[in-house]
Amino acid sequence: MNFDFSPDQKALRDQARKFLGEHASSVRVRRILDTDEPYDRDLWRGVAEMGWTGTAIPEAYGGAGFGYLELCVIAEELGRCVAPIPFSSTVYLVAEALLLAGSEAQKRKWLPRIAGGEVVGCLALAEGAGAPTPRTVKTRAAANTISGTKAPVTDGDVADVAIVAARANGAAELSLFLVDLSSAGVTRTTLPTVDPTRSHAQVVFDGVAAEPLGAAGTGAKLLERVFDRAAVLVAFEQVGGAQAALDMAREYAMGRFAFGRPIASFQAIKHKLVDMYVGLELARSNAYYAAWALSTNAAELPVAAATARVSATEAYFHAAKENIQTHGGMGFTWEFDCHLHYRRAKLTGLGLGSARRWKDLLITRLEAQAS
Amino acid sequence: MDFSDTPDEAGFRNEARAFLERHAEPKRGAFETWQSRYPDREGLERAKDFQRKRAEAGLAGLHWPKAYGGREAPAIFQVILAQEEARYLVPRGYFEIGLGMCMPTLFAYATEEQRRRYAPAALRGDEVWCQLFSEPGAGSDLAGLRTRAVRDGDAWVINGQKIWTSGAHWADHAILVTRSDPKAPKHKGLTFFFLSMKSPGIETRRIKQISGQSHFNEVYLTDVRIPDSQRLGAVGQGWGVAITTLMNERLTSGELRGPDFEELFALARAIELEDGPAIANAAVRERLADYYVRTQGVRWSRFRTMTAISRGDTPGPENSMGKLVNAPKAQDIASFAMDLLDMGGVVTDKDWAPMRAAFQESLLSSPGSRIAAGTDEILKNIIAERVLGLPQDIRVDREAPFDQLPASRR
Repeated sequence: MNFDFSPDQKALRDQARKFLGEHASSVRVRRILDTDEPYDRDLWRGVAEMGWTGTAIPEAYGGAGFGYLELCVIAEELGRCVAPIPFSSTVYLVAEALLLAGSEAQKRKWLPRIAGGEVVGCLALAEGAGAPTPRTVKTRAAANTISGTKAPVTDGDVADVAIVAARANGAAELSLFLVDLSSAGVTRTTLPTVDPTRSHAQVVFDGVAAEPLGAAGTGAKLLERVFDRAAVLVAFEQVGGAQAALDMAREYAMGRFAFGRPIASFQAIKHKLVDMYVGLELARSNAYYAAWALSTNAAELPVAAATARVSATEAYFHAAKENIQTHGGMGFTWEFDCHLHYRRAKLTGLGLGSARRWKDLLITRLEAQAS
Repeated sequence: MDFSDTPDEAGFRNEARAFLERHAEPKRGAFETWQSRYPDREGLERAKDFQRKRAEAGLAGLHWPKAYGGREAPAIFQVILAQEEARYLVPRGYFEIGLGMCMPTLFAYATEEQRRRYAPAALRGDEVWCQLFSEPGAGSDLAGLRTRAVRDGDAWVINGQKIWTSGAHWADHAILVTRSDPKAPKHKGLTFFFLSMKSPGIETRRIKQISGQSHFNEVYLTDVRIPDSQRLGAVGQGWGVAITTLMNERLTSGELRGPDFEELFALARAIELEDGPAIANAAVRERLADYYVRTQGVRWSRFRTMTAISRGDTPGPENSMGKLVNAPKAQDIASFAMDLLDMGGVVTDKDWAPMRAAFQESLLSSPGSRIAAGTDEILKNIIAERVLGLPQDIRVDREAPFDQLPASRR
């Protein structure tokens, strides 16, 4: 029985924490929050130089060829510091989709550039508010061009390449397409969101050249697999964020005195912090199991990923909101860092679909397993 | 990360399996217990018989010193044995307190002669032990206990009342914590003993719980005499001894038995609501997912603890989390399952109610799980103070003489 990360993986975590402590401090994160800069280009370059963007990309495609456990370790650290870079879109979504369904030529073209941090990727699925389904996707593909409007697209304003979900030749099923965003006919408008440390856009495609990614009509199936993999990695970001929020709340409660003693000595605060801790630990354990399933490509991955997704989404939002509550009035000032996690918790909780939808998916998968 | 046994662990697992195949019967249903198949005295006698076989096979006292019949095995072996025993009907609730709590206390504080006298008999199930700790006025605040010990020559005279004593009605011996000096501050006036439950002056009464079952007793002690040679630890140092006992409790407390996510999921797939099968109802699905996520979270947390144990680490107070999550969840699941049964949910007839009324039974037994072996609130304090390192509550009872402290209304 060894349900833990290896010493090498822990050393990687320490190295990542040290690097991000220097290069992704809250002062640096706030530079993105307070300005129109869409992401921290220096940090992105640094992260690529560390090889993180290519962690799970095979060496044949220019990656480091480590594995998913290593990528989970890095994800947790990125989540802890609320890193303002397009890592999840590029690495968890686009690289994974290419690895799962890309042609040899597509993989050779894009994966080495992703591994090297030379390109940013994005996934264009949603077309407005509400849960995206094959019915709500109006974007159409015909004769290797696509037309339609996608929003919100995470990192859509800064990405070089997009994976776009569209209906090919009027079919009911979704297909995926790979689009070079420097092509003619692409119009992008930045959209303000609840978390300005991550950039979002509306992307209009007007007869833009596109090549199919995977077989026609397999888009929904493929997206489900990509989202399962991304859900595990984002769960680690959420666990890292929840841990940071709990640490902040603890630190503040120990130093804040009221009624003649530290507020951390009041049971109302102690039990609140324990509730945050318990949610976090359950989420961490569920994330570990999902990491195992991802790294071994186990048949349990779909159930494990949905479990980790729900658990981590709820734990992070809970920790982030109760961190503000523990801080009292200072907690809802712009000056304190509590809101960085509050924003990111909600963003990560919606980016791959809401916990409500993942709960339903989880039960669907458990039913399939049981029958 | 991998879930496989080391060669040593695999070898032990095979040994445990071989023993169980030979000496134990499979459970007839998920919730069958030793006591439900063999009630009362028969259960105890059969349990003693099984325990003797367990001891002879080297499967008892796994982490005990070899000098007292133990195996000095790595702590992970205990976990493996519990995993293998899960499918079998094995006695639970007879020997855990003696082997897991009383004997480790004797190992730490008794004389060598006493350890050699009591440990092997406890290990073989020949003698059963109980723990006389809680009192009507001292539960979560155990150090507030009032049972008096007064020195009389070479002996002590004990008067008072204990409560929530599992197994007192069949136990041969007990450990006991008493107040020997009411003038001293509360934690400093306690003295710890062990004694025979056959001593004159001991009266045991069963407590009937809201479930109708009786797992616990009240024990009245009237002028009970204990030789001073059966004192464990110094006079006035009983609190430190009690802490030794309680530290071992954390390792002993087992998983909760009763309907959990699996059973609720099965029920939801079987039962019809006003708009079709319960499993198709969005509100039901959301609740199921919530319970599943928590159930799995505890499950994989236990694997993380086992990994630590398997490396030779001692499980810390973070291990309290399992009961803190599972006990309230069991209560919620019982209540929600009965909601799904709707008007029929009230019936407790095992032949009438789905799942042989397991949910109804759990509704009435689960409040006890949230209280026994550390209430939800005390567990939160433990995690807050020992895991998160938060300060203790401000105490008003630390330095004052015990007899000056206010007592509960009765």
